[in-house]
Amino acid sequence: MTLDLMNDKRIRVIIGHYGSGKTEFAVNYALALKKQYDQVALCDLDIVNPYFRSREKADMLESSGIHVISGALGHSANLDLPMVSADILGPLQNEKTQVILDVGGDAVGARVLARFRAYFKPGDYDMFCVVNANREQTQTVEGVLRHIEQIEATAGVPVTGLINNTHLLKDTTAETVLEGQKLVVEVSRASGLPIKYISALETVIPQLPENIEGIPFPIRMIMREDWM
Amino acid sequence: MAKILMKGNEAIGAAAIKAGCKYFFGYPITPQNELPEYMSRELPKAGGVFLQAESEVAAINMVYGASGAGARVMTSSSSPGIALKQEGITYIAGAELPCVIVNIVRGGPGLGGIQPAQSDYNQVTRGGGNGDYKLLVYAPANLQEMVDLMQEAFDAADYYRTPVMMVGDGMIGQIMEPVEFKESVSRFELPEKDWATVGTGNKRKPNIANSLFLDPAELEKHNVKLQEKYATIKANEARYETYNLENAQLVAVAYGTTSRILRNAINELKEKGIEVGMIRPITLWPFPEEAFDQIPASCKGLLSVEMSMGQMVDDLKIVSNGRWPVYFYGRSGGMIPTPAGIIGKIEELIGGAK
Repeated sequence: MTLDLMNDKRIRVIIGHYGSGKTEFAVNYALALKKQYDQVALCDLDIVNPYFRSREKADMLESSGIHVISGALGHSANLDLPMVSADILGPLQNEKTQVILDVGGDAVGARVLARFRAYFKPGDYDMFCVVNANREQTQTVEGVLRHIEQIEATAGVPVTGLINNTHLLKDTTAETVLEGQKLVVEVSRASGLPIKYISALETVIPQLPENIEGIPFPIRMIMREDWM
Repeated sequence: MAKILMKGNEAIGAAAIKAGCKYFFGYPITPQNELPEYMSRELPKAGGVFLQAESEVAAINMVYGASGAGARVMTSSSSPGIALKQEGITYIAGAELPCVIVNIVRGGPGLGGIQPAQSDYNQVTRGGGNGDYKLLVYAPANLQEMVDLMQEAFDAADYYRTPVMMVGDGMIGQIMEPVEFKESVSRFELPEKDWATVGTGNKRKPNIANSLFLDPAELEKHNVKLQEKYATIKANEARYETYNLENAQLVAVAYGTTSRILRNAINELKEKGIEVGMIRPITLWPFPEEAFDQIPASCKGLLSVEMSMGQMVDDLKIVSNGRWPVYFYGRSGGMIPTPAGIIGKIEELIGGAK
C-alpha cells in the first residue's frame, strides 16, 4: 500500500516543540512524497539546532532526487549563524514543485517562517504540528495548545493539522503511540485541528488498531546512526 | 517515574536541579546552549537563581563565591569556554570548595568547531589551570548514565570539597534519548558546611574562602593535604565498565559517545570470530587503572579509540606499564568515528599481529 500524500497542500510546513521529531518526519515524508511527485524540495530552515538537522542527510536525499536547501553557505557549513539560503524562494514560487519546510523547534525556530508568510495563502499550504507526548513540554493538552498558539503567533499563519509522533526512539511500542494518540485526540477536539498522520516506526505501524484517527505513516530512523 | 524523551543538555539541567543545584552561572556557547536556556526557565521555579554572566571568567568566579557561601552551584560551557574558566577552577580547587562544571566538548584547538569532540581530555585530566590540583571527572556514555551520575557529582563535590567536572562530547549535549529520573540515596554522608562564609553571628571567627598562601611552608602543607585528598579520591572514585574482555585478542579503550560506536564495532567483530574487549572509563580522573588488571593473557595490545588525536594514549601507556603495546585510532574536528573505521583499524592490528 502506498501512502497517499496527494491530499496535502503543495507547501507543507513542519513545526512543533523542540525535539518532537519534526526532522525525522520531514525527511521520511520527503522520501514518500518523491514517490508521488517528480519535483520535491526539502528546505531545512532549522536556525536553532546545531546537530541532527535534515541537511546532514542531504547526500542521501539528493541521490533520491530530492532538492535540498539549507544554509546560505551550503549543507556542511557548521556555522552557528541563523542564516537561510535565498534559494528557498525558488520552490516556494514554482508551483510545479512540492515543498516541505523543516522548521526548527518552538516559536524560536518558527520565527524564520514570518519572512515567507506571503507564500502561505489559505488553501495553498499545510502547517503540520508534530506532537510527541513524551516530550517534557507537550505532555498535556494545555502544553501542546500553548506551543501551537506561540508558533502561530510567530509564524503569522494558522496550523492546519496534527501529527502524532509520540515515541521513545528504539523503546517505542504500539502502547507508546496509543498513549500519545489519546493526547492528540484531545488536542484535536480542543483546537478543531484534524489529526493528519500517526507517524511511527515501520515495525510498530502494523500493531496499531485499524480504526485509529489519522493516517498511519511508517517511518525509519534516518537521522540516527545505528550505534545511537 | 515514566521515561520521557529529553535532549542531553536539558536532561543535565533537570538532573542538576533534582540533585539540589540552586545556582547556575553561565555564558552561552554551542553546543551546550540548551542547558543554560533550560536553567533560566526551570531553576527559578525550583527556588534557585539563574544568572547569565558577562563572560565565562565572570561565571566561574560567581560559582566560586556561591560555593564559598555553601550553595550547591553549577556552571557549564564548551571547550574554549572551559579554557577561559581555568583560572577560577584552580582557585576553587585551591580554596577547597565544591561545585559542578559541565563541559560539552566541541572540536579544537582555539575556537575549533561546533561539532562533537573529545579533545579536552588533557584539559580536564591534566589541570588546565595552574598548580598541583586534580578534578574528579565523570564522562557518561548516554543520557541515563549522565542523569544517574549527576547526584553523585554534586555529593562527591561536597564530600571532598573539590570541583567536579561532568564531561560530554557535543553528542551527549545534543542527542535526544529516553531518560528516567530515579530516586537515589546518596553514597556519601555529607557533613555540615561549617566552613561556609555565611556570617559569624558574633559566635565564631570568620570563615575565609581563599587560595592565597604567602607563607611557603603553609602552602606546602596545604599541597600535601590536597594530595592526600586526591589519593583518597583516586582510591575510592574510579569508575569503569568492561565489555567482552574474555578471550580478547585486543582491548580497546573508549569513553562517552565513542564507546557506543566501539561497542557496535566489537559486536560486529565478534560475529566474524574476532574477540575484542572494551574498557570504558566512566571517570577520566581518576583513570580506572584497576580495570586493566582484569585483562586476560590472550590480549596482545591496547587500542585507544577517541574523538581526538591520541590524548588518552599517555594514560594507556602509564597504566600498561610495558605490559602491552598501545595503539591509537581516532577522528577529530567534529568527525565521528564509524564502526567500519574502527573495525578496519582493529583488523589491520590483529592481522599484523599474526
